[in-house]
Amino acid sequence: MKPSLFDYLTPSSITEAAKAMHDNPGAMVIAGGQSLVPALNFKLAGPSMLIDILRIPDLDTIHIDDTEIVVGARVRHCDIEGNQEIGRVHPILQEAMAYVAHAPIRNRGTVVGSICHADAAAEMPLMLVLNDGYVTAASVDGSRTIVARDFFKFHMTTSRKSHEIITAAHFPLPVAGSGYSFQEFARRSGDYAVAAIGTLMTLNSAGSVDSIKVAGCGIAACPIRLDAVEEAVAGTALSDNDLDSAVQALAEYVTAPDDMHATNDYRKYLAGKLLSKSLVEAKERALERVS
Amino acid sequence: MMKTVRKLASVKDVDPTRKISLTVNGQAVEREVSVRMLLSDFIRHELGLTGTHVGCEHGICGACTVIIDGKSSRSCTMLAVQADGIGLRTIESVADENGGLHPIQQAFQDCHALQCGYCTPGMIMNVLSEFESTTKIDTSDEGIRELLSGNLCRCTGYANIVEAVRTAAERLGKS
Amino acid sequence: MSTRTFGTRIKRNIDPKFLRGEGSYVDDINLPGALHAAFVRSPYARAKINHIDIQDAIKKDGVMAVYTCDNIGELDIELPLLIPHDCMKDARTQRPLARDDVFYVGQAVAMIVAVNRYVAEDAALLVDVDYDPLPVEVDIEKAVLDGAPLVHATHPNNIAADLVQISGDPEAAMAKAAHVTKISVEVERSTAAPMETRSVAARFDNVSGELTVWDGTQAPLTVRGGLASIFGIDEDKVRVIAPDVGGGFGQKVMFPYPDELLVPMAAIQLGYPVKYIEDRRENFIGSNQERKQVHNIELYATKEGEVIALKDFFLHDTGAFIPYGIAIAQVASTSIAGPYRIPNIHVHFQAVYTPTITITPYRGCGRPQACFAIERAMDKLGDELGIDRFEIRRRNLIADDQFPYPREGLLFADGLRVTMDSGQYHRALDMIQEKIGAKDFDSMQAQARQEGRHLGLGLAFYVEGTGLGPYEGGHIKIHPITGKVYVNTGLSGQGQGHDTVFAQIVADQLGVSVEDVILTEGDSGAFDWGVATFASRAAVVSGNAIHKTAKIVRKKTIMAAANMLEVDEDQIELRDGQAWVIGSNRCVSLAAVATATNPLRYAFNEAAKAATQFAPASKHDGPALDEGQAPGLEATDYFSPSCATWAYGVHAAIIEVDELTCTAKILKYVLIHDCGNMINPTIVEGQVMGGLAQGIAGTLYEKVEFDEDGNISNANFVDFLVPYATEIPPVEIYHLETPSPLNPLGVKGVGEAGCIAVGATIASGLADALQDFNKPKFHSTPITPSMIYEVMRNGPGR
Repeated sequence: MKPSLFDYLTPSSITEAAKAMHDNPGAMVIAGGQSLVPALNFKLAGPSMLIDILRIPDLDTIHIDDTEIVVGARVRHCDIEGNQEIGRVHPILQEAMAYVAHAPIRNRGTVVGSICHADAAAEMPLMLVLNDGYVTAASVDGSRTIVARDFFKFHMTTSRKSHEIITAAHFPLPVAGSGYSFQEFARRSGDYAVAAIGTLMTLNSAGSVDSIKVAGCGIAACPIRLDAVEEAVAGTALSDNDLDSAVQALAEYVTAPDDMHATNDYRKYLAGKLLSKSLVEAKERALERVS
Repeated sequence: MMKTVRKLASVKDVDPTRKISLTVNGQAVEREVSVRMLLSDFIRHELGLTGTHVGCEHGICGACTVIIDGKSSRSCTMLAVQADGIGLRTIESVADENGGLHPIQQAFQDCHALQCGYCTPGMIMNVLSEFESTTKIDTSDEGIRELLSGNLCRCTGYANIVEAVRTAAERLGKS
Repeated sequence: MSTRTFGTRIKRNIDPKFLRGEGSYVDDINLPGALHAAFVRSPYARAKINHIDIQDAIKKDGVMAVYTCDNIGELDIELPLLIPHDCMKDARTQRPLARDDVFYVGQAVAMIVAVNRYVAEDAALLVDVDYDPLPVEVDIEKAVLDGAPLVHATHPNNIAADLVQISGDPEAAMAKAAHVTKISVEVERSTAAPMETRSVAARFDNVSGELTVWDGTQAPLTVRGGLASIFGIDEDKVRVIAPDVGGGFGQKVMFPYPDELLVPMAAIQLGYPVKYIEDRRENFIGSNQERKQVHNIELYATKEGEVIALKDFFLHDTGAFIPYGIAIAQVASTSIAGPYRIPNIHVHFQAVYTPTITITPYRGCGRPQACFAIERAMDKLGDELGIDRFEIRRRNLIADDQFPYPREGLLFADGLRVTMDSGQYHRALDMIQEKIGAKDFDSMQAQARQEGRHLGLGLAFYVEGTGLGPYEGGHIKIHPITGKVYVNTGLSGQGQGHDTVFAQIVADQLGVSVEDVILTEGDSGAFDWGVATFASRAAVVSGNAIHKTAKIVRKKTIMAAANMLEVDEDQIELRDGQAWVIGSNRCVSLAAVATATNPLRYAFNEAAKAATQFAPASKHDGPALDEGQAPGLEATDYFSPSCATWAYGVHAAIIEVDELTCTAKILKYVLIHDCGNMINPTIVEGQVMGGLAQGIAGTLYEKVEFDEDGNISNANFVDFLVPYATEIPPVEIYHLETPSPLNPLGVKGVGEAGCIAVGATIASGLADALQDFNKPKFHSTPITPSMIYEVMRNGPGR
């Protein structure tokens, strides 16, 4: 299982990289390579050129201000894991990160790489969708941003144009006082999710749900915000009835067909259980923040 | 036995190449490599360090695990050209120069934590990098199994490997 | 006498080498100038080949040769049928490279040899094969129906073999039975997935005419014999070495895989060494698999639950070819009655061709399937009669005083009548009942039920025919300079610790330390009589051969030492590498004895000088070597077992079903096993635990998934779920040692023990845990969360 041949470029600037992407329609970007190199080895990917961004400065930074966390294209999963500030201001990112593959893969693989690879059952794309995040795309046409909802189309398909390079992922910070919870089930430790749910919520002074964001991965063709679930629980105290409504609202989003790891029926059931657990835990944590 | 006229093949390597410089087990190394050569193949065949094994070439089995700049990494999901400028450690760096076993290796032997030995180097590099980067290891059954997940073993059923990690942690004062 | 090492937990000699990364697996062996092979493999399960165009591939820079069926000369044959049997009509085997037809996705169609594997794979993509795909049926139950697409036109209904075996008078017994329990069970296909894939390297020396092959095989002597025969080369000119091998589990015992012939052929033809290192994807689609069987089993019993007759009909998936004959099905059918008396048995199987990779043994070799059938049936029988699972078994187990217990009419894989030779089945059952805490379990289960938790207890007994012949050999020589002991046998290791276990046997006879016994096995250049490592036989057959050989060397040593020390033989003991006069300080080193028994000696070292200080080693008159006397301390002997010796054991587990994920959580897993005398309990436990993990894998995680076109849709480690440490629970292992009466060491095999009963145990536990949900059957494996969800989805039944 060896890669087919490709040309290899190590540009020293985004401009240089963008030009190479434009001039070589069959080119692909390589950062950590933890998704791309296996694809090369299986000959599922056969780029004519690899553009390695390892020399481009400033792509390896994590920038945190009071609105968002900006993750450059060369930031590795382990950099998020070990970042104390992120642990303080946006802990759900680290909670989800613990489920990403295994340590050696997190030590090389990049957050932006995982987002561009866009596996429908991957945790970082889910985080982008959950947080109303967006990516910055650079090309010979300039720079643009693409919001998460528009970015993920299908399993391993995004709206990145073939000549664009994603240079950063932006994770807006959660509302102050947010409780959070990430719940996942995978067949083996480190596997892609059979289903995973992420929740961010704040409570009002009455203890009812004020702001709410819920998203899932592994359940559909791409990571997905569960708008109808959010509607079902907004303003409620998350009683057992409210949780049942949330689970019912979830059902329409679980569209993954029967496959070797799960039937659709089981996945719906599982996602519902994870959703309940996620909502309950997020509420508990929100209460802790209040007190 | 059928005889054919032997056709001499051109042995010119047609792949584009790159020069890379890195340190390997503390030694400076400079080589020119095919741009598509996997790091695992570079280590094994270019450097002749065959202790790092190949089990899957897609990052799941962990047999190829090495340590790069202090962190465990798969070598089968990396291109050699990506290793330019890194500090690489392989299993050959773990025992002392007289072949004396590192405490982790000794614990593996004491606990019968290997049978065919194929997964063992990758297993040890994973455990070693964990030990070197944390002061305390969770030596509960779940904690150690979590540490070991990411390395497949088909021979031992893992029980003795768990015991070896616990033993090593205790002997090194990390439990 | 030295402290006996037999039965002790000696550390393995070989470990430091492996731990330092100094193992020498086939791909580690440096062969300067080696070329590398890659294969073009069929993407269709069943197709006609119209044309193969290799022109673009041949022209590629760096390509040395491209082979198809048209240019491999005498190798273009249907490969040998290794194990014939009358019940197979016109057994089909494959060609090294396909001619006219392909029969499974992954079948080798062309071989490229190039300067490196990267280029070889590039060239493989340039080979253009024109296929006409044909219809396929991969489901064995459908494949036997009229109108199903045929894998081979020669075999109607895809039946490769059909065999009925009868023990006793089942018809009569069935008629008398008060109760019948009938179930249907299914075990899905899996693959051994050793961490090292298959590998073969060959080098031909033009000057000496010698072919050397390094093969990651379990059967180096078989490979050597096969190569010599197929290539028409003298056996003495063919050397096959199994170096360090990264796990085998049966997958590497089959010979020949196409590469095992084609790589040596290419080395001979091209004049360069050639290496083929299978990649993981190829291991999934090109290396043999096992397990798929569907059993319809019936137990005929008295109302007290004594099973007086058993009837079983099963379909066995043999894949597209049947080179290994009916071995797996035969092992399954002779294990079908398990440890129970059941004096009347009617077992019938059909081996079915499917357009899939060939089936040859994977650890267990049919026993897991048979165990699953009989143990699920016993659970059901007990349930129907209102007798608990321990008691129903107790009423049927073979009693200690009934051994040896023959099963007339059932012939094991060695062609000999099944005879259960020894065991303490009742004691094992009592032990496990106590160790699993069966007494307290009912209340634990009731308590859990009240808390809304689902707890179950699972139980399964297994038997394992081991140590079959025809024979193995041992060769031992004490080195005259160092006094170290060199040991050889023909079979080879893949991690079982032979180097230590066999060393223990020799150390005990010769009074040397285990570290001073050096084993070289699996190298036809070192010892070339033998069979292979499979079917849990190495300790029994090679172990006993080495034991017998060691006794001969011991006798020679004592005789020579007695002469040298001028005492009677019964005054000599061997200890710490010396021969001592008992009760004194007088001794002579084994090195000196070995030197002295070789009449041609030069005193060029200490041992030789020392030897001259003693009386002659041999007391005869006349020439230096007496008639029939050989120089040195050396011997060769063989052990040929009279028949298989039957190991056994019993597993129990307490399982909780996690309601959130619908997964089985194993809270406690206990097993009792009995492999007779244990040479090294630590190594035995390692084998049991490894087998157990593969059993858990096959029960809860692993299945080779075929789509309807016969493609394997999970030919990788992402989707074929080999468990990590996190998926395997801790296990308590207890030993019983009932010595085998069938060999001098009293040992039985244990290599496959761990995996046999796991499926039945876990299914039994899940059925117990979820009995409130309309008594689910759990009659198939693997058991996935989706299946558990199906059982639970509508809530508890009435």
